[in-house]
Amino acid sequence: MTILSMRGITKTFPGVKALQDVTLDVERGEIHAICGENGAGKSTLMKVLSGVYPHGSYDGEILFDGEPCRFAGIRDSEHRGIVIIHQELALAPNLSIAENIFLGNEQATRGMIDWNRTNQAAQRLLRRVGLAENAVTPVVDLGVGKQQLVEIAKALSKEVRLLILDEPTAALNDEDSEHLLDLIRGLRDEGITCVIISHKLNEVMAIADRVTILRDGRTISTMSMEADQVTEEKIIAGMVGRDLDHRFPLRDPIIGDEILRIEDWTVHSPTQHGRVLVRGANLNLRRGEIVGLAGLMGAGRTELAMSVFGRSFGTGISGRVYKDGQLVQLRSVQDAIRHGIAYATEDRKRYGLNLIEDIKRNVSAAGLRKLAKRGWVDDNEEFKVAEEYRKSMNIKAPSVSSITGKLSGGNQQKVVLSKWIFTNPDVLILDEPTRGIDVGAKYEIYTIINRLAEAGKAVLLISSELPELLGLCDRIYTLSAGRITGEVPRADATQEGLMTLMTAGTAQ
Amino acid sequence: MTSVAPSNADLAVDPAPTANAGPPRRFQLNLRQSGIYFAFAAIVVLFTILTGGDLLAPQNISNIVVQNSYILILAIGMILVIIAGHIDLSVGSIVAASGAFAAVMMVNQGWPWPLAVLVTLLIGGLIGAWQGYWVAYFGIPAFIVTLAGMLLFRAVTLTVLGNRGIGPFPEEVRTLANGFTEGYLGNIGLGGALGGADLLSLLVGVVAVGVIAVTQWRTRAARLRYEQQVESMPLFIAKIALAGLVIMFVVVQLARFKNLPWVLVLLAALVIGYSLLTNRAVFGRQIYAVGGNLQAATLSGVKVKSVIFWIFVNMGVLSALAGIIFAGRLNQANPTAGDQFELDAIAAAFIGGAAVQGGVGKVVGAITGGLIMGVINNGMSLIGAQTESVMFVKGAVLLAAVAFDVWTKRRAGAAR
Repeated sequence: MTILSMRGITKTFPGVKALQDVTLDVERGEIHAICGENGAGKSTLMKVLSGVYPHGSYDGEILFDGEPCRFAGIRDSEHRGIVIIHQELALAPNLSIAENIFLGNEQATRGMIDWNRTNQAAQRLLRRVGLAENAVTPVVDLGVGKQQLVEIAKALSKEVRLLILDEPTAALNDEDSEHLLDLIRGLRDEGITCVIISHKLNEVMAIADRVTILRDGRTISTMSMEADQVTEEKIIAGMVGRDLDHRFPLRDPIIGDEILRIEDWTVHSPTQHGRVLVRGANLNLRRGEIVGLAGLMGAGRTELAMSVFGRSFGTGISGRVYKDGQLVQLRSVQDAIRHGIAYATEDRKRYGLNLIEDIKRNVSAAGLRKLAKRGWVDDNEEFKVAEEYRKSMNIKAPSVSSITGKLSGGNQQKVVLSKWIFTNPDVLILDEPTRGIDVGAKYEIYTIINRLAEAGKAVLLISSELPELLGLCDRIYTLSAGRITGEVPRADATQEGLMTLMTAGTAQ
Repeated sequence: MTSVAPSNADLAVDPAPTANAGPPRRFQLNLRQSGIYFAFAAIVVLFTILTGGDLLAPQNISNIVVQNSYILILAIGMILVIIAGHIDLSVGSIVAASGAFAAVMMVNQGWPWPLAVLVTLLIGGLIGAWQGYWVAYFGIPAFIVTLAGMLLFRAVTLTVLGNRGIGPFPEEVRTLANGFTEGYLGNIGLGGALGGADLLSLLVGVVAVGVIAVTQWRTRAARLRYEQQVESMPLFIAKIALAGLVIMFVVVQLARFKNLPWVLVLLAALVIGYSLLTNRAVFGRQIYAVGGNLQAATLSGVKVKSVIFWIFVNMGVLSALAGIIFAGRLNQANPTAGDQFELDAIAAAFIGGAAVQGGVGKVVGAITGGLIMGVINNGMSLIGAQTESVMFVKGAVLLAAVAFDVWTKRRAGAAR
């Protein structure tokens, strides 16, 4: 019996097809896993299903219980019993467990909340999910694992029939994960259908009845774990093998001495006490070398990079950084810049650019002192420098006085890169430099990266696109759940091999 | 997410690629930036007509400058605070407290006035440092810190003064606040109905216009050398000529009344100094960077906390300066001095084109905003309007100015 059937779902954003003719069939009472690389379209598909992208903004049809669905928003889908629990939990921290469970669904009589009814109902739900807490406890006092259970209790309060969990165990320790998976099995036995999105293939193997694999916004296959004798290798083979649709500029690497070495690097979460995001990482970079850092969502790539870049992220950071063989202390972004390290963020709008300012002021932002004498900026020199970068980086804008907020993604990225190249770094950490950029601009960014390596700089390239890493890097590190799980030279690297390392379990 | 499915944030605001890279829409852009100056001109014209020309009479121009000087000084500090994305509600109380300290030092203790002024400015700086610490390093929103400061420093004022005023102030301080430069070169006749005018003031005006013309010319020439776009020659000359005319008109009127008010000289120095600071100094640039995108500034190596701290120190020093001038003008330090000055200063900054989210604003804009309110105050009192109508008009102007700013931004489809 099919409970959910999504047929021919196609969703386009300006310039990109996020989903193309995707099909998903979920049987009643099963646990159905969805696997795919970052950006394969998993989250987009779930947003289509839950009505975040309303009917009409996509092509194709959704049948739930055999009836066509036209959701205008999340409320509509929840009304039918489809509930999605996102990776970033959406609980109000200062409200009690009971208040969170019935948020937007208040147990009221004539407009007044009936607290006895609310707390009693909440307590029953907590027992059902196996959470031994008082319903009036504020959510902020709970750990992530328990918060996850509150989310599930909240879903159960809505008489859920199809529960979608997006990376439910990403933030949990092994014990909490185990408990959660048991709970999901229990829910299945009660007749609740579950869809689980996960990067942890051992979990998928342990819990799923069937698995659907997405790649590049297309359905690759749907397999029954038992009938098709699914293995982790089989899933990986379906996930990778992304189209090598873009070309990469050629480069003859001339690799010199070691320039940066990171030893035993450990980073803790600034928001979740005791959670380790990066554990004992060791890596090194050499002059003229492009080194890749591969990892799935939540593996700790950005956390590693930003913590090295002047401790701009994380707490409880330990480990050693050697620059040109010398032990250096990078306590602030200023320290990092002074030691010739640059970090271009993965989120250029939030962390990279001052969008209300023009190109020249963004280009000069990190290296302003180079343009200043005794604290006074020479703005003609600034104009000249920005104009040089506009030409050499091919930033398409009427002038360097154009506001960066109005540029396209590719051109914004070029402004970010110009800003960091102007600081004349030895090491550039580029975090997803081609995210959200069209193919033509990607090739230009690749050329710039190659040019940097040819100029004797070391580049650490963080990317979710394996073909990009394979096409550009001399060496690739893989990161899984905060640990470096492999170091692969270009010659030996394959998408399957990398994905196996990227999904390697935490228990080693 | 990757190129296949960019994050929503990316998609939502990604504008079309710059295919429309045609000629920049210069006039429209200029209108948005200079709308405030047109509004100021319109308000001046309106009240000149309504008052039958009294608004621009020699003594009245002098009054407008002197009566608003302390608000304008506060507005300079406030625009920096607002550009950085913060607010300061305590400036009125700091004005009162510094006036009180100055009075105690000069009047009760008999300290020499230059020393007392210096110590008062230092106290202002310390008060600013106190607030800057809580905002920048402790992380309390400036709204709360300065709301507390508003009460704290009013309490300090009342403690120092008791329930009475202290005065009179030394002659020099009164002159700075209220007085005029000496006419060392005597008067010259301007002929006809204009009568006589102070020669030194006139010469200062001519020199000022000359300096403006020369520096503007040199800036333009330098830009041309760097192959930058500049405005066309006729427009350039027209702008300089217009600025020269306005300055000379004001100077001639002032010279006909008495000489140049000292506070005008002080204000001119502050405006030039702070304009340079915001446009050209590394520190000034960092203020815009912090207000425009705090995270991006942090990740670009700007010492964000230090920038915010020093902005509040600066605000404290300027508040103390305004406090001395206000006390000198009344010739008495008063427990209720500076009441609601913070609101006038904040209004001046926003009317002058500052953005609520921070990152945008100009010193000259804030001064113009302050003058707009000053002219409305003065003009309406000249035509005998009641206090409540003045308040009503000022409130409406503030709302309209910010609404216009928000509207133009939305229409321009600016990011964010």
